[in-house]
Amino acid sequence: MAELIKATNLKKYFETPRGTLHAVDDISFSIDRGKTMGVVGESGCGKSTLGRTMIHLLESSGGTIHFEGEDVTRVNSGKLRKLRENMQIIFQDPYSSLNPRMTVEQTIMEPLTISGRFNKRDRIQETARIMDMVGIDRRLRLSYPHELDGGRRQRVGIGRALALNPKFIVCDEPVSALDVSIQAQILNLLQDLQSSNELTYMFVTHDLSVVRHISDDICVMYLGHLVETCSSKELFRNPLHPYTKALLSAVPSANIHKQQQRVILEGEITSPINPKPGCRFASRCKFVKEDCHQAQKLVEIAPGHSVSCCRVKEINNL
Amino acid sequence: MSENDTMLSVRDLSVEYTSEGKVISAVNGVSFDLKRGRTLGLVGETGAGKTSTAKSIMRILPDISSRITAGEIYLEGKEILCLSEKEMRRIRGRKVSMIFQDPMTALNPIIKVGEQIREVIIQHNSISKKESVARAKEMLELVGISGDRYHEYPHQFSGGMKQRVVIAIALSCNPELLLADEPTTALDVTIQAQVMETIKKLKEELNTSMLLITHDLGVVASACDDVAVIYGGEIIEMGSKEVVFDNPLHPYTQGLFEALPEMEEDAERLKPIGGMPPDPSNLPKGCFFGPRCPHPGENCSTERKQLVEIEPGHFCRCGRALKMENSNG
Repeated sequence: MAELIKATNLKKYFETPRGTLHAVDDISFSIDRGKTMGVVGESGCGKSTLGRTMIHLLESSGGTIHFEGEDVTRVNSGKLRKLRENMQIIFQDPYSSLNPRMTVEQTIMEPLTISGRFNKRDRIQETARIMDMVGIDRRLRLSYPHELDGGRRQRVGIGRALALNPKFIVCDEPVSALDVSIQAQILNLLQDLQSSNELTYMFVTHDLSVVRHISDDICVMYLGHLVETCSSKELFRNPLHPYTKALLSAVPSANIHKQQQRVILEGEITSPINPKPGCRFASRCKFVKEDCHQAQKLVEIAPGHSVSCCRVKEINNL
Repeated sequence: MSENDTMLSVRDLSVEYTSEGKVISAVNGVSFDLKRGRTLGLVGETGAGKTSTAKSIMRILPDISSRITAGEIYLEGKEILCLSEKEMRRIRGRKVSMIFQDPMTALNPIIKVGEQIREVIIQHNSISKKESVARAKEMLELVGISGDRYHEYPHQFSGGMKQRVVIAIALSCNPELLLADEPTTALDVTIQAQVMETIKKLKEELNTSMLLITHDLGVVASACDDVAVIYGGEIIEMGSKEVVFDNPLHPYTQGLFEALPEMEEDAERLKPIGGMPPDPSNLPKGCFFGPRCPHPGENCSTERKQLVEIEPGHFCRCGRALKMENSNG
């Protein structure tokens, strides 16, 4: 079976004093073994919540997540702990996601200790091997996070996630806190580890050029909804949803000879609290019509290319 | 070029910070000119000295921990580092103003946004309260926020709108020079596009000169006329956007372009720049980029390099770039 993890009608709601916040609303997708699914969207669209819900760091409000055929949302805590060895996360901020009072070695070793599968000597050996693997000099094993720069800290975070040799990793904006020259180092490392350790990634980011570079397939999110999904190549060649089009055109290109046709969106993202039914992008969309205020369905427009927009065919002359 | 064309001229600026007994050389002899009505992009990574340069021009570096150790800054030909604080206050906000990076912290959370705009207006204009309120509302409208929101507080605005309030404050007295420090870094791309459009439009209307500080080469490509690349507190390459983007000469500039994932092209692997940026409390003896340079030469580790004009209007601080260029052409 090629499919490693599959979400079906996944929902995550938060109760707030002002009503129910729909962070992830009825999202379904699957990721094949060894592939990278990129999840893009702007702040507040629910992409990080989706990542955390996928590995059950946050309990879902509805729907199912099947990991190797097993429903993650229904297992007991003992079983979940075993499953967690196979599902890990790398966090965005390498400054706040490491314990400031633990050394590099302690941080990477902690999952090994918790698993109970290693004796002390093996743990030390294994930790050294992981440090080599993620490119942290062994002489830094007794360093504390504040003594490391952002790139090295992120390597520690990656080492910790990889310690128990997981199959699935959620990468939650792992390079957005890093400078371009360091960002490229970390992206290359993640790609190398993916091929050597047969990893499957869900790569959450707001950076479209990064997501294009690293992903096989992409999901575009807007206010808790999945608005478009297809292969990475297809998305950048042929975006169909009006939001995806605007998003792609907004990225300034470093190529000064390319004339950019900008779609400047009016307004801003609306509130995800007690949203109205219908397309959530409608208030900023220039193609809006009455039908848009009805509930939208994700429809396969071309093989492997699904869009949630009732006017997608008209807009794109399909 | 006549003297009157130059809005801002920075000469050999050096800034030091002291922290825990260590001396941190943040800016090391930065020189550049900015002509009236033009936009210069100052590009570099974290800790390269971009913000320290801008804060020196505004004269708002923290007194306790930092010091301008050398250099001159001329604003329309007038040296400003020797001005008194009182004289400087007349310049800040009126002739020069700054857009700060983080809209979440640049605004005062307990003062209404309209009042924060009005504060700058009354500082520089002797007008009635009614007039100043009207001007502040006008400024809000100008950046695309309804004047009715004058009485709201920063927390009632989204990130993009807060940044537009910060821009409104910076532009409220029609400054002749705008220092924009990563004005869109904290924002989402669609909002970034809106804000950059706003800045560009206002700049054209008011013929403002702008120093745009950014780490994003895409933002430079879309908004700047000229580019200066800064590394280890030194400008290592400078020229018009066209010459620098079409023909980057310094190995660091070349590395930056190569490390960038591109939206238009497929690349299997990125080419990162090896190693780490230099430690500003312990800078290398020779070329600051030397330890990371893919083609170091013999004297690179011992000799400080000068910024040399390699082709008309294109400056580079790498002698080897000069040789490579000569052997090519």
